[in-house]
Amino acid sequence: MKFKTFAIFVGPSLFMMIVFIALPLISVFFQSFYVTQPVIEQVEVESCTAGFLTQNCTTEIKNQPVLDENGKVMTRTTFVGLDSYRNVVQPDRVAAAISNADWRGLMSIDFWKALRFTVTFTLITLPLVIGVGLALALAVNNATKSIRGPVIFVSLLPFIITPVIGALAIRWLFVGDGILTRLMEAYSGQDIAMFAQAWTIELLMLFYRVWHVAPFAFVIFYAGLQTVNQDAVEAAIVDGASRWERLRYVIIPHLMPLIVFVALIHLMDAYRVFEEVVGFRSQAHVISLQWLTYDFMEPDDAGNRAISRASASAMLTMIGIVILLVPLLRRTWRDHRGSSH
Amino acid sequence: MSTPRALRQPLSLRLVSAAFLVFWCIIAAFPIVWIAVMSFKVPIDAFAADPLEVIFGPLTQAQGKGLTLIDIVVGIAVIWATVRIAIRTLPPLVAKYSPFGLIALGWLVAALALGIGFVLVTFVILPPILSAINGALGLEPLIGLTTEHYQAVWVENAFWRNFVNSVIVTTGVVTISLTVGTLAGYGLARSGSNLAFWLLIAALVFRALPHSVLVAGYLPYFINSAEILRPILGENAPTLYGQPLAVILVLVAINQPFTIWMLRSFFQNIPADLDEAARVDGCTHFQAFRWVIMPVMWPGVITTGLFSFLLAYNDFLVTSLLLDASDMTMVPAIAGYFNRETTTTDQVEAVAAAVSITAPLFLLVMVFQRQIVSGLTAGAVKG
Repeated sequence: MKFKTFAIFVGPSLFMMIVFIALPLISVFFQSFYVTQPVIEQVEVESCTAGFLTQNCTTEIKNQPVLDENGKVMTRTTFVGLDSYRNVVQPDRVAAAISNADWRGLMSIDFWKALRFTVTFTLITLPLVIGVGLALALAVNNATKSIRGPVIFVSLLPFIITPVIGALAIRWLFVGDGILTRLMEAYSGQDIAMFAQAWTIELLMLFYRVWHVAPFAFVIFYAGLQTVNQDAVEAAIVDGASRWERLRYVIIPHLMPLIVFVALIHLMDAYRVFEEVVGFRSQAHVISLQWLTYDFMEPDDAGNRAISRASASAMLTMIGIVILLVPLLRRTWRDHRGSSH
Repeated sequence: MSTPRALRQPLSLRLVSAAFLVFWCIIAAFPIVWIAVMSFKVPIDAFAADPLEVIFGPLTQAQGKGLTLIDIVVGIAVIWATVRIAIRTLPPLVAKYSPFGLIALGWLVAALALGIGFVLVTFVILPPILSAINGALGLEPLIGLTTEHYQAVWVENAFWRNFVNSVIVTTGVVTISLTVGTLAGYGLARSGSNLAFWLLIAALVFRALPHSVLVAGYLPYFINSAEILRPILGENAPTLYGQPLAVILVLVAINQPFTIWMLRSFFQNIPADLDEAARVDGCTHFQAFRWVIMPVMWPGVITTGLFSFLLAYNDFLVTSLLLDASDMTMVPAIAGYFNRETTTTDQVEAVAAAVSITAPLFLLVMVFQRQIVSGLTAGAVKG
């Protein structure tokens, strides 16, 4: 294919990705060093209230935003360097917390709280998703043909459901008067509030994520199981391999590329954990990095959006993505060089 | 058929694996089924302590709202017929009546027709007929059931407006991202150049980006776009914030990396000999693409379209930040419900809204199960 034809085919897609992904990324990077604020002027205002015989007049100095000729608030953008980053990371509070060995103090800073949750969430769900997916694939592969279709149908439901709605569905089972909370209360004989402390919420979030993603791992592993070389399995049987050894030394190595693939996709997606925080309404207890950026962008009570702080936290989130991607890219690069020689 | 003895499984293993499957199916379906059940009960029944009370809804029944024996039989028949039509009758019909080369459109129309037909039959046509029959026979309801929450959500709270917004956004995203994506996917699949390789890698990197990072890039420009664009477009410069078209473009772009990877792996399954044959017969690259490759590519396009649809339909982050609170799509609109979830009635209305959002997805899995599975595996097995 000539370069020109290639360019015509790929052009529109590339254009969209540059305009809506690459450029915003660069713009966020620069935004994080600037702060846009309304221009404030100080005015002396004399206000009078009706009094007995004479008016009571007071003068005070008020801060008010300057308006331009259209009646809009004038804004000024200033270069602040790393101030927004400092606002998000709060290095002095971190230093104080570390020198006092104060874990609670560290966790009271939003950014570190979010980072702690995001990383543990990603690392804990990864083996669970792969384990449950693999177990499901083996079990379905084991089952009679006629029930495989319905099982796959039911399994796809948690995968396809809107993430916010899925989280809400589980939340409604466990809210104060939800059916499962009532059940646990009846069983344990004490009051249970699943949404009053961080660790129970986190447990539910882990459960939700495994419930939501395991079907994806399952479908992929199940497809992989259909291509297992039966001769290799039979050879292993002849050599006297037990069921467990066959799984460990024949089937798992065969599935390894798929396991790596699922792990990568899951790492990317779990690192972006966000919908759980919205669905479980856990912002008072548990927050994630992406939720932090989202929260900065949401207008606050005065209607202002903290764009520069959002950009700073977005850039900090990116560091994690880079760490995640570098080994992957290095491997792809090596494969590519290897295949082209 | 005899299995070799060594491959035969001990009973214990078979039992464990069957038990595990049953357990998983219950866990997978329970939350969804349960909220569906809750949404049809009066609030006290919906949050009752006894699960049987939630299922049978004695208070709902006591208010005279419920299903009689006839209702249940007819209801089961309607659901069974829907499933049967979706699985058996629909595929040949679609294959027969779709205009050549537009099977995807045919499926879209079929799925929509099935969905609308189901809603019409169950909620509009059957209730007056059945209540007349029940009244004539003097039957008492067996199970409590009420659709008042759905009425409150869809009619009083004008959820249909959010539904329309959702339809606009998803249709836009699916059409544009498939058009742009098939071109790119084909180009990437048929070019072995280094440039193609690096583009795919760049797409992979873009796929990993958190969406909030990207939205942080758009938001200031979208809010001020009228002023930024005024020198170019004059007085008609639009404010992109709150525009469905802007949201569609953003979602398409976010979706592109995934779309081109998936479509590329589908195109790679089509032998390159096919385009070469067409080229020998005098087609240009573009003609070969349009008249030779696309007709055999529809399964891949439908599958990718499904996943684009899911992304656009399920999105919360982008739509909630870039659309105005007054015209949200369905998923961010539900945030409005649970923010004012103060009484149990509000809660059950939120449940009804959630079930309304899930119902189309349920229909989708029913009709397109095979395509979804093939789409999931296409990306993985080819790498």
